[in-house]
Amino acid sequence: MTQDNENKHNFNKLNHVAEEVLADSTKKKSIWQTMLIPALAILTGLILGAVIIISTSEEVYTGFQQSFGAGLSASWSAVANSYSSLFKGAFGDPAYIIESLRSGDALEIRRALNPFLESLVVATPYIFAGLAVALGFRAGLFNIGVEGQLFMGAIAATYVGYSIKGLPGFIHMPLALLAGAAGGAIWGFVPGWLKAKTGGHEVINTIMMNWIAFRLTEWLLTGPMTRPNAGRIPVSPIIEKSAEIPQFFKAPIRFHLGFFIALAVAYLIYWLLFKTTWGFNLRTVGANPRAAKYAGMNIARNTIMAMTISGALAGLAGANQVLAINRSMAIGLSSGYGFDSIALALLGNSHPFGVILGALFFGVLRNGATKMMVTTAIPIDIISILQALILMFVAAPAIIRAIYRIRKPKAGDEAVVFAGSWGGNK
Amino acid sequence: MFKKVSLLLALLVVASMVLTACQPAAPAEQPAAEQPAAEEPEMKFKVCQVTDTGGIDDKSFNATAWKGAEDAVAELGVEAKYLESQEVADYEKNLNAFIEEKCDLIITVGFLLGDATKASAEANPDFEYTIVDVSYDPVIPNVVGQVFQTDEAAFLAGYLAAATTQTGKVGTFGGLPIPPVTIFMDGFARGVMYYNEVKGTNVEVLGWDINDPEGGLFTMSFDDQTKGKEFGIQLMDEGADIIMPVAGPVGLGTAAAITERGSGYIIGVDADWVLTNPDYAPIILTSVLKKMDVTTFNVIKDAMEGNFTGGITAGTIENGGVDLAPFHELDGMVSDELKAELEDVRAKLIDGTITLSDAFKVQ
Repeated sequence: MTQDNENKHNFNKLNHVAEEVLADSTKKKSIWQTMLIPALAILTGLILGAVIIISTSEEVYTGFQQSFGAGLSASWSAVANSYSSLFKGAFGDPAYIIESLRSGDALEIRRALNPFLESLVVATPYIFAGLAVALGFRAGLFNIGVEGQLFMGAIAATYVGYSIKGLPGFIHMPLALLAGAAGGAIWGFVPGWLKAKTGGHEVINTIMMNWIAFRLTEWLLTGPMTRPNAGRIPVSPIIEKSAEIPQFFKAPIRFHLGFFIALAVAYLIYWLLFKTTWGFNLRTVGANPRAAKYAGMNIARNTIMAMTISGALAGLAGANQVLAINRSMAIGLSSGYGFDSIALALLGNSHPFGVILGALFFGVLRNGATKMMVTTAIPIDIISILQALILMFVAAPAIIRAIYRIRKPKAGDEAVVFAGSWGGNK
Repeated sequence: MFKKVSLLLALLVVASMVLTACQPAAPAEQPAAEQPAAEEPEMKFKVCQVTDTGGIDDKSFNATAWKGAEDAVAELGVEAKYLESQEVADYEKNLNAFIEEKCDLIITVGFLLGDATKASAEANPDFEYTIVDVSYDPVIPNVVGQVFQTDEAAFLAGYLAAATTQTGKVGTFGGLPIPPVTIFMDGFARGVMYYNEVKGTNVEVLGWDINDPEGGLFTMSFDDQTKGKEFGIQLMDEGADIIMPVAGPVGLGTAAAITERGSGYIIGVDADWVLTNPDYAPIILTSVLKKMDVTTFNVIKDAMEGNFTGGITAGTIENGGVDLAPFHELDGMVSDELKAELEDVRAKLIDGTITLSDAFKVQ
């Protein structure tokens, strides 16, 4: 190709990309259309989950030994029990709620209403972490370092939370949150900078940064930041009251301000991505870095910015857990929010609002699982399998389309947003 | 058009799914074949365990405490449930779930659950708790802290090691310089000292000096088996032929090092290593047992009989909460005479003729 031809080719490409990126933010795609695949994926996951519950339930086997009918009804009651306790654990038991309201006992009412509010509590870190991954995807970056950034955010927030004393709450708490964001941002900035300046792939570097973060926090917790007079166990001091993100109700309800902060941050990210020039640039770089470069966009700056903000969001997830729930930092901070949120961002189509929905779904599943385990002794691992199944179907929409015979949408309707990260585009 | 129809269908399916899920299983669906004898009174004593992030099958204290609960199921006819914590934020959530479940006794395990158990116990004074390996000062009236006078059992191990060594040197190392670890090392070293005193020998302990607790040998890790191997090789190079690693699975690295060298023995800790790691049975001299299942079982029994009193319960050599494991394959190495001596030392520990470090006194 001659230089001239290539330029023309790039120019065409650029036009196409700009159209797509613009369309993404302006076109009012039917909400049902976007929700269809995830909804069907959830349904399919639940059905397959039922199969797993049946096949791991002892009652079912003893039932089938007696008779086919007994086996069938045992299967049915196993699934019905599991899913109904999942539902009760996640949203509350209607009968219990009515009963508690009638009794008028404040503690009983709080206990009855707790399940749904607890689901929101569980969903909160997922919102932050999901946003972190989604923002990366939009910029064409695959941030696998959310888990490590989350740890760095948590440890920074913890430090500010316990070391500064005597501040009023309205200064101390935001300060600790900001420290958390900063801790995560630094951990995101490094791989972003490496990618922009040296071409070092962010997937590898963020994974490596995870290991550094894990070991660094362990060292801090057993060394400089260990709780005094506690026999050097890996737990930090308890944060000051003024640094706590306030919870709205008395025990056992843990619902806290962090949930609303997460919603606000999600809106902020939405606005940044879809309503500002900066967001347009970012998404263009994500969709096609070559075209973006041709259009004069600064790819290096975009990459660094995207990774830094992504890291800050992850840091907020960690800070939120410490300041609102745990009140101190210990090993075992996260059950893998950073990794779950990769799937979550996919489920939410890398859109901030989609991330909120996905996070709520994860929160409901995780929280409902506790009740399911208490009443039916089905291990929490089944929930992990359920999540995995659902996400597999979301990630592979073709399977869902094949099962439910849905026609393929027109090209471009369902853009895979993060493909740019894997080689090819330099 | 087609899309809309399929969408509608999908929604219907989802709705029906959710609705059926909400319904409790209809009584008519109950298997008719179920024996009527299965109708038991719902008044079983309910014990509920919250694990730390290690999970119920951690082959360590979560699993051992759960064994105590399972023993109680078998012997006392209680009902036992457990919830695994996947992260710190789950501790409070799981404790709340058990409060809602109206458990009669809530068992928590390990220092990581210390804060959450304290908070939950104080918020729910009408519930009874027990926590493994943690004690509160001041005591919380509705919590029994289970602690272990492990140095008594380690003392026996030290005596045994001193009597068995060929090189005149025995070794030990720990995971972290924290009291639950160093208490093993201190007891072990004192056992060796006592042997020297009685027999006029000069067996040396590498890795721990009772007069210089700061100078102990530590891997600073509870999961890096490579470290365990390095430390094992180092101790053997310095002449030790019996090693007691107090660092969880790190000790398996030491066992591998001893096996490779083809001489020397290891002393396990917490559980009976011959049972948990049968591959190394030929080199496991014995194990210093911290029987959390026994103490947990005892607390369950007390609570069930209405004798629950908050405070501390200590596992000692006297009540069997700590002990020395059987010698299994290596039984032939321990002469009857030595066995009798060990029984004598045990009796002296119980009646107080032999006293151990006050710094590690748990009660």
